[in-house]
Amino acid sequence: MSDSPGLMDAPSFSGCFHCGLPVPEGAQYPIQFEQQARQACCRGCQAVAQTIIDSGQGAYYTHRTALPATPQQAETELAQLGLYDLPEIQESFVRVEQENIREAALILENIVCAACIWLNERHIAGLPGVLSVEINYATRRARVRWDNSRIQLSAILKAVSDIGYIAHPFDPGRSDDVFKRERNTAIKRLAIAGLGMMQVMMYALPTYTATDMTDDVRLLMSWASLILTIPVVVYSAWPFFLGAWRDLKRRMLGMDVPVALGIGTAFLASVYATFSGPDAGEVYYDSVTMFVFLLLAGRFLEMNARRRAGAAVEELVKLIPAATTRLPNWPARDEEQVPVARLAVGDHVLVRPGETLPADGVVVDGDSAVSEAMLTGESLPVSKTLHDQVVGGSLNQASPLVVQVEKLGADTRLASIVRLLDRAQSEKPLIGQLADRAAAWFVGLLLVITTAVGLVWYAIDPSKVLWIVVSILVVTCPCALGLATPAALTTATGRLTRMGLLTTRGHALETLARATDLVFDKTGTLTHGQLSVRRVVPLEGRGEHEVSALAAALEAGSEHPIAKALRTGVAQPPSADQVRNTPGRGVEGVIAGRTYRIGTPAFAARSEQPPAPPQQDGGMSWVALADDTGLIAWFALADTPRADAAASLQALQQMGLRLHLLSGDGEAAVQNTARQLGIADWHAGALPEDKLAYVTSLQQQGRIVAMVGDGINDAPVLAGAQVSIAMGEGADVAQAAADMVMLGGRLATLADGVALARKTQKIIRQNLGWALGYNVIAIPAAALGYVTPWIAGIGMSSSSLLVVLNALRLSDFKSSSHEAAADAQPAYAPGR
Amino acid sequence: MDILLLLIPLSLVLVGVIAWIMLWAARSGQFDDLEGPAHSIVMDDDSPPKTDDRPPP
Repeated sequence: MSDSPGLMDAPSFSGCFHCGLPVPEGAQYPIQFEQQARQACCRGCQAVAQTIIDSGQGAYYTHRTALPATPQQAETELAQLGLYDLPEIQESFVRVEQENIREAALILENIVCAACIWLNERHIAGLPGVLSVEINYATRRARVRWDNSRIQLSAILKAVSDIGYIAHPFDPGRSDDVFKRERNTAIKRLAIAGLGMMQVMMYALPTYTATDMTDDVRLLMSWASLILTIPVVVYSAWPFFLGAWRDLKRRMLGMDVPVALGIGTAFLASVYATFSGPDAGEVYYDSVTMFVFLLLAGRFLEMNARRRAGAAVEELVKLIPAATTRLPNWPARDEEQVPVARLAVGDHVLVRPGETLPADGVVVDGDSAVSEAMLTGESLPVSKTLHDQVVGGSLNQASPLVVQVEKLGADTRLASIVRLLDRAQSEKPLIGQLADRAAAWFVGLLLVITTAVGLVWYAIDPSKVLWIVVSILVVTCPCALGLATPAALTTATGRLTRMGLLTTRGHALETLARATDLVFDKTGTLTHGQLSVRRVVPLEGRGEHEVSALAAALEAGSEHPIAKALRTGVAQPPSADQVRNTPGRGVEGVIAGRTYRIGTPAFAARSEQPPAPPQQDGGMSWVALADDTGLIAWFALADTPRADAAASLQALQQMGLRLHLLSGDGEAAVQNTARQLGIADWHAGALPEDKLAYVTSLQQQGRIVAMVGDGINDAPVLAGAQVSIAMGEGADVAQAAADMVMLGGRLATLADGVALARKTQKIIRQNLGWALGYNVIAIPAAALGYVTPWIAGIGMSSSSLLVVLNALRLSDFKSSSHEAAADAQPAYAPGR
Repeated sequence: MDILLLLIPLSLVLVGVIAWIMLWAARSGQFDDLEGPAHSIVMDDDSPPKTDDRPPP
């Protein structure tokens, strides 16, 4: 520190001049900045800083508000850059404009503040051959156009990595472009409606207030209003007419029907009044335009809320890298760079530290820590060693891994998570369907009431009929009824995904909020599921190694935690044939001509009176191994509860939920766990059928059961419970059957999930209550002729806007258990 | 009051012009990023590359 006087001038960024990390003792990487020598921590930072300063963009260092990442990561990707020049790789993300003009969508990593955007824009735009560059601050996405005869894409990417950022191609084929187009159209419709509304209101206000207005001026104003309202009705309100037409074609009464009817009637009536002169009746142009504008504004807000929920999906999609290092002649170490699209199942890939795994697979060489944070929300890296499964999209952090590819593309876990999220967001939840049905009834009722009121008024005063009918149609607000549920649900789903609880079914939130009983599986749910063999007791004079090898051979194909534990530590198990798995009981198979059975004592010994394990103490599960002659060994397995299990369960109990523990394990182990975690209701030795029967009996008592579990043997009971939550680490079958998936394996998210689900339910009820209450007051008032069209417009629009704003409160939901974790995350996002 | 006969048509023309500008702005991507420009306005790039006052290597 003594030899770096320059650092004294930059107290906020002590340490390395570029990245802020501590400078190692004896490191000599000086940087000249504003005639002073600064110290960098490594050669990477030195090179980056020098590049930035030399190209005249040193202002970055005075403007930045957050520190960048160390550029090491960028260097590992450098070798792959040349690949991006291949036409077949460019196909998916590069648009060819003319002969040599290309445009590509890139994602920039390591962007932490606005200064980074400025720096990248300046730097890329300064390259010869680059025609234009635009970087979107909100999405961190860059759009670059260049002349391919003067510069190659790899040179642009390299220039970006020279200043310490990573640019990689973004495949715009997905939702992004669609959303952008939709949003653009929505903005245009909104703009037209907004302008129309403002100007029509300008003409309308004098007619309400002025007393000395001549008829010709009044007529001129109606004509001007008419001209302005035509584009609003024809262009801005087009989606409502389209929706209404679609509803009618399907012989249904949706939200759009009365909206379209109201807009249409009010508009046509106003047109009639305008054409037939000043005495024919009032004009409603102001109501029509305002009505359209506020409805569109509500929909626009809702679209953005939905987008925020969808952002989680998109983040996941871009995790898989575009290129990877293949080892074609494994175990020989010769490398080649290939695009991920060209990988095949069975290929070996080398994943260096700092690289992202391209596919699901199994580790065949190396020992490292892998971060699955993007997939699960779990921030701590997971250690991976020989034979461990790794998931595509996770980041290798410690040392090189050689991975044999097992699943690619659409088969990977990442792809299935994305599919589940997509499904949840496209599915209409039960309460939403109910609201739709209620709204359809409401609309039908509304049309009947309107007709009746119209007939009554025809008898009293025929000149008022049209206006009262329009007033009723305008003032009632089925759109608030329609917005009430989806707005709340999308906001809540997005919030939950960010907390690590993935909703895969539309009805999940609603049912979770009403749940009265929570049933837990033990292994892998309340405990880590990483069982380990604590004791081996060989019988009949067998050797410990021999029985361990037999057990490992039988369990070689199973995902069950017990199987994993029995496999660990056995290097070369013999192979077993005719393996038959009986869920909840055990496995049978033939090894070297002899039949072996492993599992519960009753299963292994094939008897109704199972032999007793050698020792009955708490916390251990005993697994028996037998051949045709009888038992040959006992294995004692133990597991530890998750760190947050006790606190989370206590929180759930305080919410008034009854907790149950069902496990296929032995009585002692289950009792031990139940006592540790404070669960009064526990059942040991439960088979999948027993678990299902237990859940069904609870349901017959009128309880609403939420099942939390993992593993294949939980699939039937997960499907049987009203709402099911699977642990994200569990077998994939369980996830497909589950309504929600706990991605990080943190039980604490469950309590948050229940709290948020209840809050969502409350907000939905508030919204529906408001929408109904409003109509109960508004319809009679309008029917009696007390509501002017002007008031009707304001009333109906503000009621729908209020509903959406109320729903958006859910996005601020503070997680009780994660506040500390959320605060610990880098708070770089300015403008929040 | 007669002035209104001129002003009202004039306001219509104005609205038309504004609407055209809005549509053009939406089409050319002015609304694509509503966050970044707020930050980029404080970053001025009027400091030229300091190639000549840098000490020779």
